[in-house]
Amino acid sequence: MKLLVCVSKTPDTTSRIAFSSDGAQFDANGVQYIMNPYDEWYALVRALELKEAHGGTVTLINVGTESNDQVIRKGLAIGADNAVRVNCDPQSSLFVAKQIAEYARKENFDIVFCGKETIDYNSSEVGAMVAEFLDLPYVSFASKLDVSGQTATAARDIEGGTEMVEVDLPFVVSAAKGMAEQRIPNMQGIMMAKRKPLDVIDPVPFDELSTPVQYTLPPAKKTVQLFNADQMDELVRLLHEEAKVI
Amino acid sequence: MYTNNNGTGDHTIVKRAKEDRYQHHDYYNIDELLTEEHLLARDAVRTWVKQEVTPIIEEYADKAQCPTHLFKGLADIGAFGPSIPAEYGGGGMDEMAYGVIMQELERGDSGIRSMASVQGSLVMYPIYRFGSEEQRRKYLPKLGNGEFIGCFGLTEPDYGSNPTDMITNVKDDGDAYILNGAKMWITNSPVADIAVVWARDEQGIIRGMVVERDMKGFSTPEIKGKWSLRASITGELVFEDVRVPKANVLPNVQGMKGPLSCLNKARYGIAWGAIGAALDCYDSALRYSLERIQFGRPIGQFQLQQKKLAEMITEITKAQLLIWRLGSLANVGKATPAQISMAKRNNVMMALEIAREARQMHGGMGITNEYPVFRHMMNLETVLTYEGTHDIHLLITGMDITGLNAFK
Ligand SMILES: Cc1cc2nc3c(=O)[nH]c(=O)nc-3n(C[C@H](O)[C@H](O)[C@H](O)COP(=O)(O)OP(=O)(O)OC[C@H]3O[C@@H](n4cnc5c(N)ncnc54)[C@H](O)[C@@H]3O)c2cc1C
Repeated sequence: MKLLVCVSKTPDTTSRIAFSSDGAQFDANGVQYIMNPYDEWYALVRALELKEAHGGTVTLINVGTESNDQVIRKGLAIGADNAVRVNCDPQSSLFVAKQIAEYARKENFDIVFCGKETIDYNSSEVGAMVAEFLDLPYVSFASKLDVSGQTATAARDIEGGTEMVEVDLPFVVSAAKGMAEQRIPNMQGIMMAKRKPLDVIDPVPFDELSTPVQYTLPPAKKTVQLFNADQMDELVRLLHEEAKVI
Repeated sequence: MYTNNNGTGDHTIVKRAKEDRYQHHDYYNIDELLTEEHLLARDAVRTWVKQEVTPIIEEYADKAQCPTHLFKGLADIGAFGPSIPAEYGGGGMDEMAYGVIMQELERGDSGIRSMASVQGSLVMYPIYRFGSEEQRRKYLPKLGNGEFIGCFGLTEPDYGSNPTDMITNVKDDGDAYILNGAKMWITNSPVADIAVVWARDEQGIIRGMVVERDMKGFSTPEIKGKWSLRASITGELVFEDVRVPKANVLPNVQGMKGPLSCLNKARYGIAWGAIGAALDCYDSALRYSLERIQFGRPIGQFQLQQKKLAEMITEITKAQLLIWRLGSLANVGKATPAQISMAKRNNVMMALEIAREARQMHGGMGITNEYPVFRHMMNLETVLTYEGTHDIHLLITGMDITGLNAFK
């Protein structure tokens, strides 16, 4: 089985998030980065498990600059066979999806994995767009994935229950919690990763269709307000007018 | 605080739910001096510590029990002998990688780091460096994958800082040596499958040998009542006419050079490890200072608290630079024993002082196991003493710069 796993780099959840003073750009200063957990813990590990069970190869793809190489190496250390980085600084999900699709089209992968979303921009767009570009079926938010012959069965967590989906290979899937369990790379894996191929390729020309113009932080959390028993009217007024809960 | 003492005497270990919010601190961007491989190794061990060590360590330390199940996990991530070639069960990494691994383990607990230091530097290393090919093949892969636990016997009840005068000895008996004597303060001894033991032969020469658990006359009583390194198990090694086959003697070393070169490796790792403990204390104190409100503001806003924090990160940064340079020297085989002594001494005392200051910053909370600080502080008292005491390392520096020996 030929498997492709899309991986991206996201700020560590403990990082303090800030934007440039005009709000147009993310301020990367002092931010520590990790591999997007949905890509790492679920998509990649399930791809490796399928490879271990059925044979084949696991390729990683990332659309980004050289600073992403460490995250890609981590994927190789966890067990992927090789990796490709499309060398550019993408501005939108559509651009990323286009680049991935162009590469995947040439390689004829059986399954293209991505995480259900990245934990920074939370767009959940890339997988669907890749599927559309490739004209392949798409299974989103899969929390289980099994393959038997040329058919796969996926479980999707939906409101109030689980949906089971059957799909023929090849297809695109986005991985949600439950699909696999995190694997920590060991020292041998880290050493082997150094020798695995990480090819850098040029992006295909593609016009961005949208550009982010402004970011704002959510309003700071208000502190707790305490009221005396004789201030009930004021409490009711605030609950009504400010908190708007009554 | 949590406890599982339900009055029935049931002391099963419960995992603590509290999240380990530790974040690395790198004030001088020293990470830029590390390679991708070092950063990946550090990240992997940090993740492992957050998953496997933090949730259980307070409970094990509280009960003075050793989490022996972690030996397998340490082996699986490759923490045993990372700088020993892969074909012998090591990781084939450089000394810097070994250092960052020790730092992350000790960030979790000095006792967990000790498990790995002993296995890698004091057991696998001498067998690799001084053992026969047969001995290497027999022991190293099993030590590397955690099937065997090893320990290192040098210190004796009457010979601590001056192991050169040890009295444990062997007598020639044909195809074997008869080993008699006792070793004291031996990390992992009660749970060890094999012990690398240093003993004097009939010519008075110190020899190293591998003593196996099932050899007759060999026992390993546990030392109880430690207030430090409580999650690490310590014991004695007692030898009563133990027949050690000559095939178990390490052929390629004689004299104190054997144990001392192992200690150099381990001390180097300790100099890194201490930074991990210091970072954890600093990290906890910094966060606490921003969250704890007194007199209407976070205590981190008071100058006295800022002084403590600023001095902590300054000392940590100095230690990080020192260890980075020592690591660079070690990578090319140029770190001298005296340079290693200086780093071990400096960094361990640095960590201990930071632990004490951080303890104060946590107020009353600082004496509980709700925070890691007091545990680190107690652990570091051992780290200050073992592998050459604080004073002994100073005398090594003194001897190195004056050429005069203060030990004699
Ligand atoms: C938890 C723990 C685990 C250990 N694990 C191991 C192990 O796995 N293997 C092993 O072999 N050993 C181990 N040790 C032993 C450790 O290395 C010794 O405790 C250490 O070397 C000090 O020896 P000592 O305790 O006999 O102290 P002593 O040597 O008696 O020292 C007592 C004091 O005298 C000072 N002193 C001694 N000589 C001089 C001098 N010439 N000038 C000035 N001051 C001096 C020392 O600095 C110290 O302050 C462990 C110890 C502990 C506590």
